[in-house]
This record gives sequence, C-alpha cells and structure tokens, in this order.
Amino acid sequence: MIEVLAPGPLSTVQDAGRDGFAHLGVPRSGAFDRAALQAANRLVGNPAGSAAIELTLGGLRLLLHDAATLALTGAPCAGLDYGSPLSLPAGTQLTLGAPAVGLRSYLAVRGGIACPAALGSRSTDTLSGLGPAPLRAGDRLAVGPQPPGAVSGAAQPHPRPARRVRVVPGPREDWFVPAARTLLTTSAWIVRPDSDRVGLRLDGPPLMRVRSDELPSEPTLPGAIQVPPSGLPIVLGPDAPVTGGYPVIAVVRHADVDALAQLRPGELVRFSSPPGEAASR
Amino acid sequence: MIARPYGDRAVLLEHAEPIRLLAPLRAQPGVLAVVPAARTVLVRFDPSRTGPERILDGLGRLAAPPPSASATEIALPVRYDGADLAAVAQETGCSVADVIARHSAAVYTVAFCGFSPGFAYLTGLDPVLHRPRLAVPRTAVPAGAVAIAGEYTGVYPRRSPGGWRLLGRTDATLWDLEREPPALLVPGTRVRFRPL
Repeated sequence: MIEVLAPGPLSTVQDAGRDGFAHLGVPRSGAFDRAALQAANRLVGNPAGSAAIELTLGGLRLLLHDAATLALTGAPCAGLDYGSPLSLPAGTQLTLGAPAVGLRSYLAVRGGIACPAALGSRSTDTLSGLGPAPLRAGDRLAVGPQPPGAVSGAAQPHPRPARRVRVVPGPREDWFVPAARTLLTTSAWIVRPDSDRVGLRLDGPPLMRVRSDELPSEPTLPGAIQVPPSGLPIVLGPDAPVTGGYPVIAVVRHADVDALAQLRPGELVRFSSPPGEAASR
Repeated sequence: MIARPYGDRAVLLEHAEPIRLLAPLRAQPGVLAVVPAARTVLVRFDPSRTGPERILDGLGRLAAPPPSASATEIALPVRYDGADLAAVAQETGCSVADVIARHSAAVYTVAFCGFSPGFAYLTGLDPVLHRPRLAVPRTAVPAGAVAIAGEYTGVYPRRSPGGWRLLGRTDATLWDLEREPPALLVPGTRVRFRPL
C-alpha cells in the first residue's frame, strides 16, 4: 500500500483510459503521454496500460507501507533514478522534485495502482469527475497483485521536447482565411499557463474565420486544434469534451500527441503539415 | 458523402442523420469507434486494417439507406417548473401551458451525446420553441434539469454549469455507473416527456 504524503501541484491516477464510450459523451482520459506510461509499466513488468500516477510538475511525496518496485518516466524528477526499475523496502519515503525539462511524469508500481475503476478505467477525468479524485495528502493507494511480466532492466531515454508537432489539416480549415492556415504552421505558439488536461491553450496571432455562422457540434479527438471566436487555438487533451462547436483547423498526428503532454507553460511549439501525408499511417 | 480526414487515424463523415450510419460503420473491420454528432460522424480506425476509402466503399455498397433500427422509447416524468419557463413563454408569444403542451407532445430522438457524460442532444423540438442559449451560462444547473437550446432539448445528467433554457426537472436517473450502458439516453433512443 502506498500513502500520499503530499500530492504536488496535480497528481492523478491514469491508465490507458476509457476508450469506447465517446458516443455516450465520455472522454478517453488516460495518460496524456501514453508512450511514457507504457514505458514505465514495461520497466516494472506490468501490462502496458496499467494504472500509474501521472505527476504534473513533480512534487509528489509518498510513503511505501510495503516493499515495492517502481519506475519513473516522462519528465525526470530528482528523488528517483530515472527510467529504470527500482525495488524499495517497506518504510521508504519518496520525495520527487519538480522536473527541469518536460511537464508530466509517470510513476509506475509493479502490480499497478488498484483503486476502483469507472467504466473499466482507473483514470481521473479532471473535467467530468469520472474516476478517482486527484490525489490528496492522506490518500492510501492499494497495489495490485504481482503481474506475470518480468521487471525490465532497460533504461529509458529522457523525453525529447516537442519543438515541432506534425498535423493533418482540417476538417474545417476552409472556415479560415488562407492567411490563418499559413499562420498555423509558421508561427511560434506560446503555451499559456491555463493549459491543462482539457487542452493546451496557445498564444499567438489570432486565426481569423471566413464565416461568422455557428458550427453544429462535431465529434472531437485529443490532438484536435480547435479555434474559438478569439482566434487563439486550443489543442484538445485527453479530458476534453467529446463534441464541440468550434471549428477544428487541423489535428495533431497520432504519433505526436504524446509530446504535447510535456509542453510547459511559456514554452514554444510549432506545427508542421508535411505534404501528401493526409489520412495515411 | 463528404469525408474529411480527422488527423491520420480518423475520418469525419457529413450526413444529415448521423445515427443511421452507426450500425453499418461499426460492422466494418478495423473500425475502432464511431461517434455521432449533429451533422457529422467521426470514425476512428486502425490504419493497418482500413482507411477512409475502404470505409466509404463499405457504405457505398449498401443497397439502400439503412432503416432506422427499432428503438427503445423512454418516457421521462417532468415537473414543468423551470426557471426559464415564463421567459420562454413570453419570448415565443405562447402561454406557459402552451409551451408545456408543445414540449411534451413530441416524440424525440437522441441524435448524439456530448458536452459531458450522459448528456444527450434530442431532435424533434417544436420549431416555435427554438430559442438561443443564455448569453451568460448559469454556474450551476440542477441534476435532472430539462432544457432547450436551438433545435435541441436535453436533460442535464448531473449538476453542472449550463447555458440552456430550463423548462422543468425530472427525477429519472440519467447517468448510473452501475447500469449498462451507464447513460439512460443513447443515440437512437426515442424520448417523450410526461408532465406531472
């Protein structure tokens, strides 16, 4: 059992998410940096989508009531060797510092976090409140039974910052003036401090529309770049509502969505739209 | 049918009645999720098994537009005492009794869910009752609030912020994690409102 002594700025339980319920208005949620979650789980021998703790700007303090094998991936934090499995004795107190690079870290424990699931997932949906509440001091987290997989000795590299994110234009790029579509891929966008798991809010030149009518609500996905009337884009995250009435000018490619999770407020991000790659792998 | 890429692993199809495409799309191999909305439906796919062209091909080969599947009909008991009932009556030139009669006479269909878990957008609202959202949303709308906005009516499953016009309230449980499916109102369900 793991006791939370201090949660840091925001720590939540996240697994692979609750896929398959979007038609009922339920976002996928789950780890924002899915590759980092999978890597942490592999290190401790868990199934890739097991529940772990997603830390935002580190700061988490834990007390291990039982011996446990842990691994940390995503943004490196002082206090736990990065990217390799560590077996720690009962009574260990862990204090994780704030990362200097990246934003979200993943702390996996062998056996997985065993809190109650909602719709088959232990993920916290920070917008709708589905799943467990964000971690608070005093919370006690059960750990699941030993998995069949073996602890892996492979160390994981530190994350590469997402300087350039690839997008597929559309579906509503024709709602915007041609200059806006150029601005999307030529501007250096600044990540605003009010960014979160619902979306990355960006500062930069407003993207103007060619039409002023309202768009009937359309389905969304994490990675969709929607543009409200202000013209400032929002890149949707895992907890974003599954439909929206703001036109989506482009959608981040599947392989580049994880990197969005590591963008810190104040950092710059650029989008690129490689030609001839729409709707391909 | 117009199909637009939605990233590299999904495609957005335009259709006047998206719920009619749910069954044929879900039946296709490699389709991971099908999510309807107002006039579009999103299809998420496994790129190693299918893609937009094959998905459209599969729909194109259907001999005729798919029939509406026989749907569940749910009757929701409603106390018509909402905070906006009088205002809606005044704006539409109807009496309060007439607003209630028009709202409760229709048989609605769940077109899609969005905004929050279990929040269903129902089509079939009397055009006389098409009113815009509040300019400033309320910070708290009670659970079970029956409301209208634009061409839709709906019920708030949980207490939440909301900008729709409130006509009344139902005690029916719209969202229950112990139930399968957890949402009472799913796309395709027919709904009636019964005044208490």
